[in-house]
Order: sequence, then structure tokens, then C-alpha cells
Amino acid sequence: MTAFTVLSGPAALLEQANIDTDQIIPARFLRRPRSDGYNNFLFHDLRARDADFPLTATDNAEILVAGENFGCGSSREGAVYALADAGVRCVIAPGFGDIFGSNASRNGLLTVVLAPEAWSAVRDAVASGAEITIDLRRQHVRAANTEHRFEIDPFRKQRLLRGVDDIALTLESADDIDNFEANIPSMRAWSIPG
Amino acid sequence: MPQPLTLLDKIWNAHVVVARDDGTHLLWIDRHLVHDGSFHAFGILHRDGRAMRRPDLTFGVADHYVPSHARSRPIEDPDGARLVDHLTENGQRHGFDVMGMGDPRQGIVHVVGPEQGLTLPGVTLVCGDSHTATHGAFGTLAFGIGATEAAHVLATQTLWQRKPRQMRVIIDGRFGPHVSAKDAILAVIARIGAAGGAGYAIEYAGSAVRAMSMEARMTLCNMTIEAGSRTGMVAPDDTTFAWLRGRPRAPRGKQWDDAVHDWSALGSDPEAFFDQEVWMEADAIAPTVTWGTSPDTGLPITGHVPNPDDAPDRVTSERIASQISNMGLAPNQPLDGIKVDRIFIGTCTNGRIDDLRAAAGVLRDRKAVIPGLVVAGSTPVKRQAEREGLDRVFTAAGLIWGEPGCSSCTGMNGDIVPAGERCAATSNRNFVGRQGPGSRTHLMSPAMAAAAALSGTLQDVRRLVP
Ligand code: SF4
Repeated sequence: MTAFTVLSGPAALLEQANIDTDQIIPARFLRRPRSDGYNNFLFHDLRARDADFPLTATDNAEILVAGENFGCGSSREGAVYALADAGVRCVIAPGFGDIFGSNASRNGLLTVVLAPEAWSAVRDAVASGAEITIDLRRQHVRAANTEHRFEIDPFRKQRLLRGVDDIALTLESADDIDNFEANIPSMRAWSIPG
Repeated sequence: MPQPLTLLDKIWNAHVVVARDDGTHLLWIDRHLVHDGSFHAFGILHRDGRAMRRPDLTFGVADHYVPSHARSRPIEDPDGARLVDHLTENGQRHGFDVMGMGDPRQGIVHVVGPEQGLTLPGVTLVCGDSHTATHGAFGTLAFGIGATEAAHVLATQTLWQRKPRQMRVIIDGRFGPHVSAKDAILAVIARIGAAGGAGYAIEYAGSAVRAMSMEARMTLCNMTIEAGSRTGMVAPDDTTFAWLRGRPRAPRGKQWDDAVHDWSALGSDPEAFFDQEVWMEADAIAPTVTWGTSPDTGLPITGHVPNPDDAPDRVTSERIASQISNMGLAPNQPLDGIKVDRIFIGTCTNGRIDDLRAAAGVLRDRKAVIPGLVVAGSTPVKRQAEREGLDRVFTAAGLIWGEPGCSSCTGMNGDIVPAGERCAATSNRNFVGRQGPGSRTHLMSPAMAAAAALSGTLQDVRRLVP
């Protein structure tokens, strides 16, 4: 997973609200091994119906400006794989599906939540063809002449900045885990499956 | 005076292994359920050369890719067959229990967990599936995770989480005739919206929830994710304990007594704080159907498709118009009378014995005028239904009685709704193409889906069965 620091470039625009993970990648592609690459499945059925669908027209955009509740629905991490394999590194929206957001940060994909006014300003800038810049360390999005701060869970930020997976970090707490585990039989023996 | 705590607080606090200053906690996970779609998680584990920490707390079930036709026939789709085999191989390789095809316990992971007594009050349970909230019906802290998180649990039996905000949804009073937990949750989602629960865990409370069976509570918690929230819970009570007692993997003897003692203290304290509260009257909820392509479009069956011109703003108006067009409907069209091409009864939302009884109650001695598929949520549910003769009610009505699994919920096993067809379904998602490319889905209760089979239209089950 690549570390995320600063990203600049043109963005694709997908304003529709509630784009669920079934739209991002239909279920029938989830059976494919990751090594095949998931980029061709991204928005597969939406693209099939609309030749001008974003991210087809705007080739190589690494940034997607999306509508409210992007990535709601199924927990399929394939939705993040499809975006990541298509080269998308950051999605900006007024809100995201909870599981999508958490999957994204674990694959180097930054999800930026902007308040409605800030989101509209960025949307307008993108619609007029402006490039945008996302600075994760400073938690800023710059679009045309506007600049907007975003909030991000510190743990998620750290994970993205370092570009490492959690397991390595967790294993630094191996002793705590061992101690916790050792106490379960005395705390709640009933919780161990019979 | 100790600080009053919610159900979620109590379970959370008992599972914190490490608390970071930034508010992220490392939680111990008591149960990890995996299924035939979990192969990415194992792929990550194997890629990094890691071992599984606690195979004895991991349980596998084949559900998404298993066919609903007779088990004597092999899986036709080679990819699906491979994924089901993978699960079994991973079970053998790492030494965890797999309930594969042909196992008498097999079924949908969210039906099987409770049935086997793996889902217990006061435990943490995760699964790489967003409907894991179902298990919260037992007072379990249960939520869906992605493949990378699942790999983390496989390797460490823990997960980094930030505590969600908390919402309480109170449903008071009594449901009217033929109004079920499915109608209640569709009404809740319509009320708070598809993103209304994002960032929250929801606790369901109130006299109508207390009066629900465990099956009904599972239906209620199941669709919490459709309101944007990963976790839905109900405090455990005597209904919970009676349902769990004697289940294969539930505690026994002294451990059972200890467990019930601990579980009895789990409910939210009277003064506990919720960031948000929503209150609803059970008797104001009617049999509900969705008209659009988002689960928050539920309306009473007596209602009409909305008119985009009546929307308060442009964005909402466009959203309504695009959903109406995707669904092939017209503004102001009455919901009662919309023609459907087939019905589907089953899934982790409505594939339990209560659901099959409700559907059979409507279909008994009647004939369906459109095709339909009825799929029990698990093999034990299927056997129970057959003991009660429900399978014969369905087949006599002209419907297909399938083998347990997820089936036409997403059609991953090949049970797709053909393009252009409209399905009355008891599942949980009506997203564009969810049941197959070009398919259209209306969500509803088992009784309402059964009623639709009889007329080939959406119709008010209350008119049919007084
Ligand atoms: S029945 Fe549907 S929602 Fe439930 S686990 Fe299976 S595919 Fe997912």
C-alpha cells in the first residue's frame, strides 16, 4: 500500500447520492481473484448504460468527487479494489458508507468528508475544469481559489501517511493481547464456545 | 454513583485490549464468522505469510455461492464451486469448523450463527458481511467488516475501532394485523434515511421490540446497515435466554447460569446517554413496500409513488425522478396494483421459520399466478418447515422450494431475476441491478410477498387475509 501525502490533479465528478457498493462493483465480479485486477469492473453496469460515465471520460483521474453517502451498502472490499486498481487515490464526498470508509483507508484510498458548502465549492471548481490538491498532513483540500479543511480520524490518517497495514502495529501490543486473552476464562468462561 | 452506561458501552468496555490517546481502541473479538465470499481475507493472510491466532473462535459457512437446486447436483458455475471449496480447504488448513454444502447445519451465516448458539449476548462478533448487525438482536456487539479487517482478525483476534455515536430507536405499542418487524425496519429506515445512521450504533427499544420474537428482532437488526449504521442491537431478556438455551454451542450447566447472570446486567442503564433518540408508534406502521432503488424508499402499501415535482429541492427531485425511471414506474402511481413478475422469499432478513410460517399462512390453499422461489435461511429451518408441512403449501401454490443459501438476494449463485423483470422480495436491498443486471426489486415482508404472488401485483395483505 502506497503512502498518501499530497495529491494534485484533475478530478472526476459523480454527483449522485447513495452510490452503493453494488453500483461500484456488481456482485458477480466479486468471485475474481484480486490478482486479475479489478479496474475493469469499476462502475461496470453504470458504464454499460452510459458511455459518458465519469472516470471513463476523464481518463486517469486520481480524484473522484462523489455525492452523499458514497459506498453505502455491502461491505465488499472489492468496491475499494476496483477504485484503487483504476488509479483512484482519493474520493471527496459529503459522507461515506461506514464500512467503505474503513476499507478504503486500509488500501491507501483517502476518503475526504467535506461539509455541504465546502463540498459544493469543490464540485463547482471541478465542474469548471480546475485541478484540485489534497494535502493529508495539513488536512486541506484546495480547489480553484478556495481552501477547505477536513477532519479525519487520527488513526486512519496515520495509517494512510505511513502506508503500512495495521497488523504490524497491532503486534507491537502482543503482550497486551496475550494478557487479555489469558484473562478470558476467569472473566467470562461462558464466552468460550462449548 | 457510577456513570450510567448503554448496552454498547458495557460490551465495549469489557473488550478493550489497548486504548490509544486518539480514541481508537483495540477490541478483542470473541467470534469471527467467515463465508465462501471471505477468500480475499485469507488471500491477504497467506500473502503475508501469517498464521491464524484462534481457529477455535472462527466458524465458516458456505452461503453466497451455494445453489438452491438439489444438493445432488454439483455447482455449475466453476468460480462459485471453487470459492465453496476454498472455504473448506481453509478450514482444513487452519483447523476451524466449516459448515459446508451438505452439512446439516449449513445456511446463511447470519441465520446459522444464532441457531448454533455461537451468537451470544455480551460477546463481540464480526463477519465480512454488512448484515452482521443481525446478531445484535441477542445483545451482541456485532458489525460487518471488510476483507483487510477480517485478515487482521484472523491474525490477531482483535480489531482497531473507534466507538460509534449512539442512537436509540424506540418503538412503542402494538403492531396491527400482518405488520411485522420487516415493516417496522422499513419504516425506521424511511424515517432516518439511508445515511441517517452513519457513524452511529443503534439500540432498538420500546414495548413493541420487547414483545418481538428473536426471529423478529433479527429482522429488525439485520437491516440497520440500510440506515447507514454498522451495528443494531436489542438488550437481552428472557426471550433471548429461552431461545438460546440448549443450542449446540451455547454454554451449559454452571456456565449457563453464570452467563445468564452476566447477561441480565447488560441492558442500558435508565439514565444512559444516547446522542440521538427516535420514537415511533407501532400501530402507525402499515405493511410497507419500497418503490425506489434505495432501501429508504419504503411507504405504506396504501401510498403512491412520489412525484418529483413535489420535492423540496432540485437534488431530491432529480433523485426521485431517476429512481422512478430505473424502476419503470410513474409519478403518483398507487403502490397497490403495481404488476410484478415474480416473488422471492428468503435471505438473512426473512429466511427464518417465523417468516416461512407467515408466508405460508397467506398462501395456504391458494395458487400463485406468477413464478416464485422460497429459500429457507438454513438447513435446520428447512427441516423444521418441512416437519410443519410448509414446503407443501409453497409447492401446492406453484412456488419453488429451494435449498438453503443467499440465493436470489444478490444472485451470486445464479438465481438472478431476468433483465426487465420486477420482483417482490423479502431481501434487504433494492439497489439497481442487485438481483441481476436490469432487475427491479421491491422490498417487503414475507406476508406481503406471498400476497403479491397471488395477484401478480403488489397488494395489501390485510385485504386478503382479514
Ligand atoms: S442473504 Fe443477502 S444480505 Fe444476507 S448475507 Fe446473503 S447475500 Fe448478504
